[in-house]
Amino acid sequence: MIEIHEGGISSTVQDLGRSGNYHIGMPPSGAMDSYAHTVANYLVGNEADAATIEMTYQGITATVREDAVIAVTGADMSPSVNGDPIGMWETVAVEAGDELAISFATDGARAYLAVAGGIDVPNVMGSQSTYTLVGIGGHEGRGLEDGDRLAIGNGDGVSSAGGETASPEELVGTELAEEYVPDYAEEDSVRIVLGLTDYRLTDDAKETLCDTEWKVSPEADRTGYRLEGPDIEFKEREQPFGAGPNPSNVVDLGYPVGSIQVPQKPIVLMQDAVTGGGYATVGTVISVDRGLLAQRQTHKTVAFDAVDVEAAISAREQQTERLEAIEAEIAGER
Amino acid sequence: MATEQITPVDLPDPRYEYGADDFVFVELAEAMSFTANFKAMAITQQVAERDIEGVIENCPGNASYMLRIDPEVIHPDGLIERLKSIESEIDISEYEWETRVIDVPVLFEDPWTHETLMEFRDRHQDPDGTDLEYSAELNGFDSVDAFLEAFVGAPHMVTMVGFVPGLPWCFQMVPRSEQLEVPKYVEPRTDTPSRAVGFGGAFSVIYPVQGAGGYQLYGRTPVEVLDVDQELPDFEESIVFPNPGDILNYRAIDREEYDAIREEVETGTYEYTYERVEFSPDEFFDAPHEYNDRLVEVIE
Repeated sequence: MIEIHEGGISSTVQDLGRSGNYHIGMPPSGAMDSYAHTVANYLVGNEADAATIEMTYQGITATVREDAVIAVTGADMSPSVNGDPIGMWETVAVEAGDELAISFATDGARAYLAVAGGIDVPNVMGSQSTYTLVGIGGHEGRGLEDGDRLAIGNGDGVSSAGGETASPEELVGTELAEEYVPDYAEEDSVRIVLGLTDYRLTDDAKETLCDTEWKVSPEADRTGYRLEGPDIEFKEREQPFGAGPNPSNVVDLGYPVGSIQVPQKPIVLMQDAVTGGGYATVGTVISVDRGLLAQRQTHKTVAFDAVDVEAAISAREQQTERLEAIEAEIAGER
Repeated sequence: MATEQITPVDLPDPRYEYGADDFVFVELAEAMSFTANFKAMAITQQVAERDIEGVIENCPGNASYMLRIDPEVIHPDGLIERLKSIESEIDISEYEWETRVIDVPVLFEDPWTHETLMEFRDRHQDPDGTDLEYSAELNGFDSVDAFLEAFVGAPHMVTMVGFVPGLPWCFQMVPRSEQLEVPKYVEPRTDTPSRAVGFGGAFSVIYPVQGAGGYQLYGRTPVEVLDVDQELPDFEESIVFPNPGDILNYRAIDREEYDAIREEVETGTYEYTYERVEFSPDEFFDAPHEYNDRLVEVIE
């Protein structure tokens, strides 16, 4: 069991998200940076989908009430055990009574704490992910607070990559190879595929969208990233029936996760976003770069790099191969 | 009025769009119409029936639809080819589906939405009136009562569910000449009471939970559209009640009835009044008012 003392700014239990309910308005939720979440799980011998704790800008402090194997990945939040620093992207053993302290993010915005066996919270509609708007999943459907007690899973979902299931203790000391550790400060552009209702934009507006260094506003959270920069102009038209009179309005439609909507300035929809609405959507951040955007801190800049769908798919395939290689290398450490 | 028909719309060629690598978005028309909506429902139903490998989410929209896919299982272009072939095979005039006609009691001009709409007057087109006064005038009605009579005078079909879990977008089942239309707030509100009944563009909505919103506020329903704990009998199978294709019949109630229903909801005993019916777009288009009367009769 892990006993939370400080929950940080916004710490929630997340896995890879719930699917199959988008049509009733249920967003996927799940880890904002699925790469960091997945690697954290691999480092402790879990399956990719085991639940971790996602911490935003500031980590948790907690007492570990049983011996456990942990890893912290994602944004560097200077984690320590009993006051002694531990490495990021590294498998660490902790003992009952140890004090875990995860501090402020110096680079990136979100860190993931994985525990061998996974964080054990109920499965709600196919996922353990927290969705705070309606209060489901995770720990009581909300962010973590002082006094919360999180059970550690009994090892269902422990990875058997590499053939045999080994005990997670054998992984202690594993460090992720440097080539697999992202440098979030360097990642100042995300790839997008233009489309959806981008026919609403003037050619100039499309150029503005892709040529601007957008600034991440303070309104950037699990629902969406609101960006600051120049206004985006729409083509003049007689508004179609049902859309409403504003040129940014369309007949309410479904919003992809990662889609960029433009009430005036762009908002990129994230894992807990609304699933549909009446603003024109003009493109979508590719699946593998949504996690990089989730690591951009407020006031940092981000640019959109337009690519075609083939590039988006091949980036996804490369990411899959990379994660497979990481899983195999970690298993090889045993 | 009684002889008025709904003329099916000639839809443009659909726009097939990539939502990056893992979504396909298909816009059937820029304008809202029953033709576009029925087509979206028919196509997504076909997609569901064919159980296409790699399709993760299947979401009918008002005049569009959207699918989420695993592109490592099915390439978006491969899916789009299949969607085009489904699209070409569908004839909505032959299409029928089972749906529900549902009684939705509403306390119009209730104290809660009134307080909210007064609080956010500075974000509204008409700071001196109420949302209902503004909507009535804009749609050429002499009074709020006459506007509300039109609003509840014909049922509204759920044409999309989303935004947040359980929120139904509903399109009133009348010919285009009788459709009401209002803009959303100039600036969205940061607050809306749960169960508020609103209207924006050409859509009525029920807000499942308290939160931001931009639709004109008309009233509040005592019934729930979302029950995450699944305590109410109608929510045994799903945490949300409305489904695309459902037919909501708003019914004006007084405070006494509102309070009585609310008590039933809070004690976990309330059950919706609804009946299952077979819906035929063809018969509906042919004589919408008569058809609506027959539909609504089953729950009266």
